[in-house]
Amino acid sequence: MRQALADLVQYRELLWTLAYRDIRIKYKQSVMGFLWALLMPMLIVLAGVIVRYGYSVLSNTPLRMTDIAAVAVKSVPWAFFVSTVRFSTSCLIGNANLVTKIYFPREIFPISTVISNMFDFMVASAALTVALTLAGLEVGLQVLWLPVLLVVLVSLCLGIGFFVSAASLFFRDVKYIVEVFLTFGIFFTPVLYTTDMVGDAREFILLNPVAPVLESVEFVIVRGRAPDLPWLGYSAAVGLALLFFGFRFFKRVEPAFAERI
Amino acid sequence: MSDVALRLEHVYKKFRRGELHDSLRDQIPAMIGRMLRRPLARGELTGKQEFWALQDVSFEVQKGEAFGIIGHNGAGKSTILKILSGVMKPTKGSMTVSGRLSALIEVSAGFHPDLTGRENIYLNGTILGMRRREIDSKLDAIIEFSGLADFIDTPVKRYSSGMYARLGFSIAAHVDPDVMIVDEVLSVGDHVFQQKCLNRMMEIIRNGTTVLFVSHNLRAVMELCQRSLLLDHGKTLMIGPTASVIKGYMDAVRNQRKTDENTAVTIDDVTVTGERGESIRFDTGERVRVRIEVTARQPVKDFSLPLYIRDEDYRVIFDTSTRRLGRAYDLEPGDKLRCEYEIDLAMGPGTYQICVSAYRHDKEEFCDYWDPAATLYIGSPVEAWKGIIACKPRIVGDELIAS
Repeated sequence: MRQALADLVQYRELLWTLAYRDIRIKYKQSVMGFLWALLMPMLIVLAGVIVRYGYSVLSNTPLRMTDIAAVAVKSVPWAFFVSTVRFSTSCLIGNANLVTKIYFPREIFPISTVISNMFDFMVASAALTVALTLAGLEVGLQVLWLPVLLVVLVSLCLGIGFFVSAASLFFRDVKYIVEVFLTFGIFFTPVLYTTDMVGDAREFILLNPVAPVLESVEFVIVRGRAPDLPWLGYSAAVGLALLFFGFRFFKRVEPAFAERI
Repeated sequence: MSDVALRLEHVYKKFRRGELHDSLRDQIPAMIGRMLRRPLARGELTGKQEFWALQDVSFEVQKGEAFGIIGHNGAGKSTILKILSGVMKPTKGSMTVSGRLSALIEVSAGFHPDLTGRENIYLNGTILGMRRREIDSKLDAIIEFSGLADFIDTPVKRYSSGMYARLGFSIAAHVDPDVMIVDEVLSVGDHVFQQKCLNRMMEIIRNGTTVLFVSHNLRAVMELCQRSLLLDHGKTLMIGPTASVIKGYMDAVRNQRKTDENTAVTIDDVTVTGERGESIRFDTGERVRVRIEVTARQPVKDFSLPLYIRDEDYRVIFDTSTRRLGRAYDLEPGDKLRCEYEIDLAMGPGTYQICVSAYRHDKEEFCDYWDPAATLYIGSPVEAWKGIIACKPRIVGDELIAS
């Protein structure tokens, strides 16, 4: 493990270069440019508005601006999670040329995938900050929790990334399985709805390790209250475990990559 | 011991043949199947499904040495390189490398088609182990070497395959590693660029870099490497000075011909002797003797020994026979014939093959042939001219009329 970290320090330039390559390619030659980073969050917000509108009609409560803001602040990290896991799945297969030809620590691929998607995340976050400020949303000191939430979210992404990238190299249908989970994952994650809208099912929903993070995001930005610490702690523990065992698994199967790809 | 740059000790590598389950859809039923009928299913995985790509390969390369690996397709050359570069792990055995190793296995592997030449220099350079600052300082030299200055800000997907390879080699040739592994990269571009690559490789070797070189281009191996390894089906066939290993390789190729007791006349030996004795390296214009020994098994009449010379592109550039030179033989079973040609190597520098056959004009058929019988590496003592024939140019008079 220590050796692996030393390797990472040694190969840090390669890490940045590969992340830069992915970012550059995505933004080059795309008509939408930076709008690309906003597309998925915007669609999620739109879906959220419809869901919330329906809810307000049924429950006979008015649709408030904060409800839409709540969906918006959760849509960006969810989009980050989805695209990181999706790109991680193909990050080794997509670089087959490098995997079979040149040696460097392979964990560079999933890590650089997280970094390049983080760039989209930052662009979307900046845009969202501007939009919410214009809309007059006021935030309190609780937003200082955000860096902690980001760390938990990244460890979940990367931990899962280690598993799915290696697994999809050995089994090509892992990609489709992951895709199914990502598509329907939004129903098991409080993005379009809030955890208090589901009543007793809240605990069940929060078992999904991404859920407490998103709930906390809404709490600290929109509601100005602290995260539900036991559940956030649960997410962090799952994140660390995924990171640790994901990395162990990745390194264990790494020698077979070049032969099996 | 400290001047060993890289060492392989009893390296074995096993591969599996046939199709592997590469989807869970196939894998899970197979696993369940295996659990249900354990004793039967184990056989599926062992035995015929596996083969050894490398068996007990050991060698050492000294610091600053250029070492060649030659062999047929599938002899295990690329597997060795992949093990050395760390892409694959040996099944058994060990290897050690001292210093920064750079593998130029496929120089344009790291290219991304949508990025410009310049961006790809940074990308590929980093992949090959260079630091950003290092690339900054070598950028001009790399662009200059590739000769692509005009296209360097064009996405490489618009490049021709030759330009692609040239840029790839240019980056690779500027990495400055301690140990460099080179696989077939010299076969890129046109002749001019190939020569440039060869010169650059020589420069790298002169600067003290250890080079491990794999190529089908025997002439390049000959020019670059002092020692070589000959692989055949994953086993070490020969290891030693390049000239004798190449000769061994040519013999191995030749010995694949079929002769039996029905062959009327068999060729037993062909040797080429120059002014400095038996060799495969000669100078332009050198007079050499080609000695051919044959044994007759059946009576033949009007027997001749044709000889022809081919160049690197498999063009026959010279053709003769003993009969055309006025010598045809009648042989009885058991007769041994020794015949010696003398020829002037009036060709320019390059690689040539001498082919010898045994032809009976009474039945108009070939009895035996050695194709090739010998490979000649012809160098030029002077560098004043190039070309496939030695016209021996000299200036016999000149006059400058000043204005």
